[in-house]
Amino acid sequence: MNLFAEAFAWLFSPDRLTGSHPLPAAIGEHLFYTFVSVAIAALIAVPLGYLVGHTGKGRDLAVALAGAGRAVPSFGLIVLLVLVLGVTHKPLAAVITFVLLAVPSILAGAYSGLESIDRAVIDAGRATGMTEWQIFRRIEVPLGLPLLVAGMRSAVLQVVATVTLAAYVGLGGLGYYIIQGVPLRRYDQILGGALAVTILALVLDGVFALLERLAVPPGAPRQSRKSSRREIQTREEMEQIEHYPVEQSN
Amino acid sequence: MTWVSNNLDLIVSLTVAHLRQSALPIILGLLLALPLGWLAFRFRRARGPILVSSGLLYTVPSLALFAILPPLLGISFLSIANLIIALTIYAVAIMVRSVADALGSIDPDVRSAAVAMGYRPWRSFWSVELPLAGPVILAGLRVAAVSTISLATVGVLIGAENLGYLFTNGLQRRIVPEVLAGVVAVMVIALVIDLVLVIAGRMLMPWAPRRPDRKSKAERAMAS
Repeated sequence: MNLFAEAFAWLFSPDRLTGSHPLPAAIGEHLFYTFVSVAIAALIAVPLGYLVGHTGKGRDLAVALAGAGRAVPSFGLIVLLVLVLGVTHKPLAAVITFVLLAVPSILAGAYSGLESIDRAVIDAGRATGMTEWQIFRRIEVPLGLPLLVAGMRSAVLQVVATVTLAAYVGLGGLGYYIIQGVPLRRYDQILGGALAVTILALVLDGVFALLERLAVPPGAPRQSRKSSRREIQTREEMEQIEHYPVEQSN
Repeated sequence: MTWVSNNLDLIVSLTVAHLRQSALPIILGLLLALPLGWLAFRFRRARGPILVSSGLLYTVPSLALFAILPPLLGISFLSIANLIIALTIYAVAIMVRSVADALGSIDPDVRSAAVAMGYRPWRSFWSVELPLAGPVILAGLRVAAVSTISLATVGVLIGAENLGYLFTNGLQRRIVPEVLAGVVAVMVIALVIDLVLVIAGRMLMPWAPRRPDRKSKAERAMAS
């Protein structure tokens, strides 16, 4: 417990505001990489996921992709891309890695959000004379939003964890304190960095949990409110069983 | 690819170590998730705290968990125990939910039938509920196994010798094939273990639907 006191002392020491790696800058870097990567991943995955969810085509591929995503060792992928793209392109290599890791969760969130909608609701829209585009804009997007946000939530958490590992290739962020502290045996710094990144992850998780709630349109069935990233995962799991053995899991 | 053929012995021995380090957390995770998931399913009061805390534990980034566990448990930072315990925590966090959902997806009529036939709770659990929950629990186990195998590579940063060594060593020596070999090896063993679990599941649970209907009861319960 004493170590925790030392870690908090380290975290809140005035020294954290100065020096070559001030804490606010590290938090900023961490958030910057997380949001940029998740935003790029969303630009790619949301339209694709909507296409899959609306047409039902390419679903097997999307499921397989989500499955394969979990088996990829993120730490290895970032090291690989840094080596391939060259050490001078570290931020680019890192962002590509984070985007690759974030795409499957967001894709799964987008298509499962559309799939989770009761077919009767969509048929009702069609019966009242809505065009395909109106069905998509006014029914599918709003009702699918909570699961999409849930997918983004799990993507954000995965990226936050991987940005921490990226400190090993010298990217900065909060992982820096942990990685740099190990050879120096500075346990107050290691634990302080670990607590900082844990708090960051928990806060982001909380923010996205709230967004998930806000994303439920008024009058939508309560069921979608309860959905969480974990349940999407389980849905995928069931889907994977269905489609085995085409893809690797996870 | 000459790097791979010249270092096959290293890759094989790291793979064996990697499997050994991953197997224990997967098995321990399942053994711990079964009673916890049952508690979450059986007692409404316990459900929230168990599921929320497992969700929060899953949120902690791996490198941070490796740093937080040692002072809490009095173990060394650079130790295999640290890696095994952290991976077990993640495995439990993944599986608790699927165990609770799996038990919850069983038709209450089946449970009543077991009671009517004179099954005591203990026997009903082992011979009625667990077999029926098995396929969904297996789905959780597969996710936990694959993520454990890929997460274990981070263990190299706390001194564990496994396939993650190919990443750190490959970076230091700037050998792309070495890092690539590590990534591929991890994905291959994750795939193989996943396949083994699927085959074991088919042999142990021949009653599980091969291609469950999309609207099977289990899935509807999980989607809700």
